Amino acid sequence: MTQFPSPDRTMANLAVAEALPDILPPIRRRGPVRTFIARHPTLVLGAGLLLLLVLTAVLAPWLGTLDPGALAPARRLRPPSGNNWFGTDQLGRDIYSRVIYGTRASLMVGFGVSLLSSLVGLAIGLVSGFVRWSDGLIMRAMDGLMSIPPVLLAIALMTLSRGSMGNVILAITIAEIPRVSRLIRGVVLSLRDQPYVDAAIACGTRTPMIIFRHILPNTLAPMTVQATYICASAMILEAILSFVGAGTPPSIPSWGNIMAEGRALWQVKPYIVFFPALFLSTTVLAVNLLGDGLRDALDPRMVKGV
Amino acid sequence: MLIYLLKRLLTTVPVMLLVGLFVFSLLFVVPGDPAAMIAGDQASIADIARIRASLGLDRPFPVQFWNWLWRLAHGDLGQSIFSDQPVTMLIGQRVGPTLSLMGMTMLVSVGLAVPMGVIAAWKAGSLIDRFLMALAVLGFSLPVFVVGYMLAYVFALNLDWLPVQGYVPMDDGLWPWLSRLILPSASLGCVYVALIARITRATMLEVLTQDYVRTARAKGLGSASILMIHALKNASVPIVTVIGLGIALLIGGTVVTESVFAIPGLGRLTIDAILHRDYPVIQGVVLLCSGTYVLINLLIDLCYNLLDPRIRY
Repeated sequence: MTQFPSPDRTMANLAVAEALPDILPPIRRRGPVRTFIARHPTLVLGAGLLLLLVLTAVLAPWLGTLDPGALAPARRLRPPSGNNWFGTDQLGRDIYSRVIYGTRASLMVGFGVSLLSSLVGLAIGLVSGFVRWSDGLIMRAMDGLMSIPPVLLAIALMTLSRGSMGNVILAITIAEIPRVSRLIRGVVLSLRDQPYVDAAIACGTRTPMIIFRHILPNTLAPMTVQATYICASAMILEAILSFVGAGTPPSIPSWGNIMAEGRALWQVKPYIVFFPALFLSTTVLAVNLLGDGLRDALDPRMVKGV
Repeated sequence: MLIYLLKRLLTTVPVMLLVGLFVFSLLFVVPGDPAAMIAGDQASIADIARIRASLGLDRPFPVQFWNWLWRLAHGDLGQSIFSDQPVTMLIGQRVGPTLSLMGMTMLVSVGLAVPMGVIAAWKAGSLIDRFLMALAVLGFSLPVFVVGYMLAYVFALNLDWLPVQGYVPMDDGLWPWLSRLILPSASLGCVYVALIARITRATMLEVLTQDYVRTARAKGLGSASILMIHALKNASVPIVTVIGLGIALLIGGTVVTESVFAIPGLGRLTIDAILHRDYPVIQGVVLLCSGTYVLINLLIDLCYNLLDPRIRY
């Protein structure tokens, strides 16, 4: 039999806790802005970088740039120096100015394509999700379009049209539409089974009203995230198209064009390719970070960081 | 199973027909005169007429499409406008390097990306997970030619470990062939690795929360056996699907990679065709690539049953 120690001896064995201070130290509270930054670091970083690039594009003429098309044959292929920060190309044009102005082309294509393809994709996705008989037809068409690799589709389109900014945006948009429409269709199909949509139908709400009030607002979040990814891939596609000679006309400085011009010389004059490549990668990274951040912020169900 | 296989094969027919119709009708949809566009600014009227006739643009659309399809069914993709050679022959000459490049890239990428994703999911939230996923974001953001130039500059020009550019067929020796493929594959594979690693991590994370994984752990299985046998096998369907879908990225990247590393493959053929606005060649390459893409994804669909016996047809 175990012998229980007497109560007073047990008390003696116990350690006595230190007395608590009278008042707990105040909880450090952060302002709403700092809380937001701490919660969504990628979103803030991406958005900040992108904002900086938009400012660069808008303020291009006042950032110490020269005329990006000005030829100076006497000063061709100069390495980076105080006069020409990023050096000059084989026609003597200032690469810094061309790269800074190139921000405009890239952002224009990125934003243009993501906006256009979102709108068209939204329309197609809604029709496909709501008009039953058209669904099979539209989705097979999208399957067909999707089975052509986007780069090749855009190249085929560009070979047959004059190289212009608008045509580049159109060609890339056509290549991106299937992805958006499929996404929207999926969202619409899952929303249609929601009890509140059933309730709206039971109340006799007309279809356009259901679409505008119940479906559209719910497609906004996934569409915004998708639009950022499309923006990133459109920028890469534009650069690829310009790089292979099927993109923005050479008269417009774009990062792909500058790299295409530096292609033949990259072994001896790597800086011609290096600077536009750096800007392109940074921009795409910014947009991708923004997309990842938006996804985590807009969809709390997603595991963070996946 | 056999009936399912036939059914699936049949569903690819309309998709391929659609691709064909699309690629073919581009000539008509695009505003302006495609013959004049292809001929270029310095062409005479006779040149334009010749191109129009050789593309069959002077006949009604359905007739043209049917003729084109009929010839396509017989393996005739038409003549190149620039070199007057059959497109099938031009493509045939260039398939080898591209296949080597894509095969090598897929092999290395999948071999690298799947373990990356598994490790990231296993150590989710840790430093190594963050590092691997940061690499993945970087892989998505660096365009193919940026990686290509960077790798070539460091490993070929500066360190002189590998040849800078060019291609040697496998018949000329294994090492010369392999050494010229390492840098192009590495740059082409970046996006692909990022894509597969991310999806592997995401699916593995989901599978690792399943009851049978806990049971496996409870009965004392080691981490390796849980990850490889219990988790990865159950996560394989989405991973394999993405491997198939990602081929579209690879095909697009090949065009650029071959141009950076001067590899005489299909991508190079496409770029030369762009310069001459040689639409029949581009049409041929697009059809071939889309066909391969559809076929590979069909094969992957059919493999689902091997990976996951719960999927029945």
